[in-house]
Amino acid sequence: MTAPMDVPESSQHAEPEAVVAGARNTASRSLRQIAWQRFRKDRVGMTGGVVVVLLILVAIFAPLLTAWFGQPPNQFDQGLVDPLTGGVLCDPDDPAQGLDPWGGISPQHLLGVEPVNGRDLFSRIVYGARTSLLVATVATVVCVVIGTVLGILAGYFGGWVDVVISRTMDIFLAFPLLLFAIALVGVIPDGAFGLSGNNLRIGVLVFIIGFFNWPYIGRIVRGQTLTLKEREFVEAARSLGAGSTHIVFREILPNLVTPILVYSTLLIPTNILFEAALSFLGVGINPPMATWGGMLENALRFYTTSPHFVIIPGLAIFVTVLAFNLFGDGLRDAFDPRSSD
Amino acid sequence: MLTYILRRLGAGLLLLAVVTMVTFAIFYVVPRWAGRTTEQLATMYVGRAPTPEAIQATIERLGLDKPIVVQFGEFVRGIFLGAQYQFGRDTIECAAPCFGYSFQTYQEVFPEILSRLPVTASLALGAGVIWLVGGVAVGVISAVWKGSLFDRLAMGVALAGVSLPIFFTGLLALAFLVHSWGLFATPRYVPLTEDPLAWAQGMLLPWLTLAFLHAAMYARQTRAGMLETLNEDYIRTARAKGLSERRVVLKHALRPTLTPIVTIFGLDLGLVLGGAVLTEQVFSLNGIGRYAVQAITQSDLPVILGVTLFGAFFIVICNLLVDLVYPLIDPRVRIHN
Repeated sequence: MTAPMDVPESSQHAEPEAVVAGARNTASRSLRQIAWQRFRKDRVGMTGGVVVVLLILVAIFAPLLTAWFGQPPNQFDQGLVDPLTGGVLCDPDDPAQGLDPWGGISPQHLLGVEPVNGRDLFSRIVYGARTSLLVATVATVVCVVIGTVLGILAGYFGGWVDVVISRTMDIFLAFPLLLFAIALVGVIPDGAFGLSGNNLRIGVLVFIIGFFNWPYIGRIVRGQTLTLKEREFVEAARSLGAGSTHIVFREILPNLVTPILVYSTLLIPTNILFEAALSFLGVGINPPMATWGGMLENALRFYTTSPHFVIIPGLAIFVTVLAFNLFGDGLRDAFDPRSSD
Repeated sequence: MLTYILRRLGAGLLLLAVVTMVTFAIFYVVPRWAGRTTEQLATMYVGRAPTPEAIQATIERLGLDKPIVVQFGEFVRGIFLGAQYQFGRDTIECAAPCFGYSFQTYQEVFPEILSRLPVTASLALGAGVIWLVGGVAVGVISAVWKGSLFDRLAMGVALAGVSLPIFFTGLLALAFLVHSWGLFATPRYVPLTEDPLAWAQGMLLPWLTLAFLHAAMYARQTRAGMLETLNEDYIRTARAKGLSERRVVLKHALRPTLTPIVTIFGLDLGLVLGGAVLTEQVFSLNGIGRYAVQAITQSDLPVILGVTLFGAFFIVICNLLVDLVYPLIDPRVRIHN
């Protein structure tokens, strides 16, 4: 084999010291670094991630955004609406011009206004992001806590513990969630557990969504624990005399962090849809607090005169859920390349 | 085979018992945790603004002051043997299976559910056929032509589909397909026996909307499953034997892919049959799900209880049916048992 012509002189006569120096230069990369490099190349996943970050910023800075670009979310302006049909007028000064299907989009109202009350839609969408992300994220934390604890117990201890927990997960997955959620909201009084009004509603929603969706995380954690506990490092820890507590918390749990984070990202959009569905059915957050699902519930009466009132909150839900799905799919593929087709 | 069936039946019965207990707990135990008194609980069963005497009468009638275990016993007894409520001088008969009695409308809940079942069943079965056939077909084509324009387009639409809530797509369909463009008839339910054409016409849009949502998921699942099976050694063997590609895909690869799909289908169908709450609400179809939603706005607790229990039963029964159909589609289940 002849050496290629354009190779520099030095590399053809590599000195042992140079080889050693080269070896030192190749830094070893952790799984997380490899995954990050892979994820950076995934344009779809990255886009999803960027949108997710933007949405979180929008939710956090909602008061600032509405102060700059909109009106307060609960400021009524009935002058913009036709008193008879509730539809939004083309020109408030000249009602004869009829209704505007685009809901009076103007520099004052970036996304137009709501039918009947004339509240600024931009502000309500921005504040709706707050409600939606808050409920979905906290509910996901509840899912993760319950799912992780029970998943590890089932996977690590096996036997009857596993049988009981796995059957429970099957039962939870087989329940008519929406009906149960409606029922639970119906039986809990307006003031309970030291909370009242929408704080209680948020608490109840978080509890219901978290409590019924934990088996998704539970199953994944159980499966991972089952394979992890057979690995050599766990064997080694055990042979050194480590107890179950040490093995679970110091050996197994750190290795579960990544899959749990990835699947939580995929659970958030499910929970966002669930919250929106409950608010749509009128059993979620109470007005006047802004929710995307609640807006669509109102839109049910105005889709003929104000189709924008359907499109805008619907798109908000769609974009958010899609962004989380793309981000989560991207993360999963980055950490576990086998999962991608 | 017989042991398999018996074991599944046993598991189904156990699940029914658990579901009943959980439903009971939600309606009788959780409100007490939340701090409701017996009187407040009774008010929720009478509705409107009752007199103290009426509340006391309701407590006695429903046995709300008795121990929880006794109440649960009566709850179960009602399902199997029916229940009687003292109502003033009259005795109200709630025939078995007693899923509750609405003291607001003075109607038994179970017959009310049954009268709405045709609406929900029409919706569920029609949409189910569309989403199963459509989703699986798209998934198979996508897997066979992996990376093609069709595949990328279909998977793009499917990903969007799983991110779209039905109360958004349904409203969009109503606003544009029905109202603005007049492409579809306004959704309504006409009994199949009355006028089959009007039945299909009225249900077409709800079917398509509900099916789109599920088909997106089924297409993704089928595609992933097909890609996995198409890499198996036995598929290579089948090709090496000189079988046509069509036969390889449809007979050898599709069948193992379908097994998990059938399981999910059973669950989904059971879920929709127990009340397609969101779809019925969007399209104003008077099915079981809408019955529950209307009940909650009127705080008619027995109705919500009945519908929840009925929905849960439907899911369990559909699960059981899937388990019983399983050996027919998956020979491994037959051999192992």
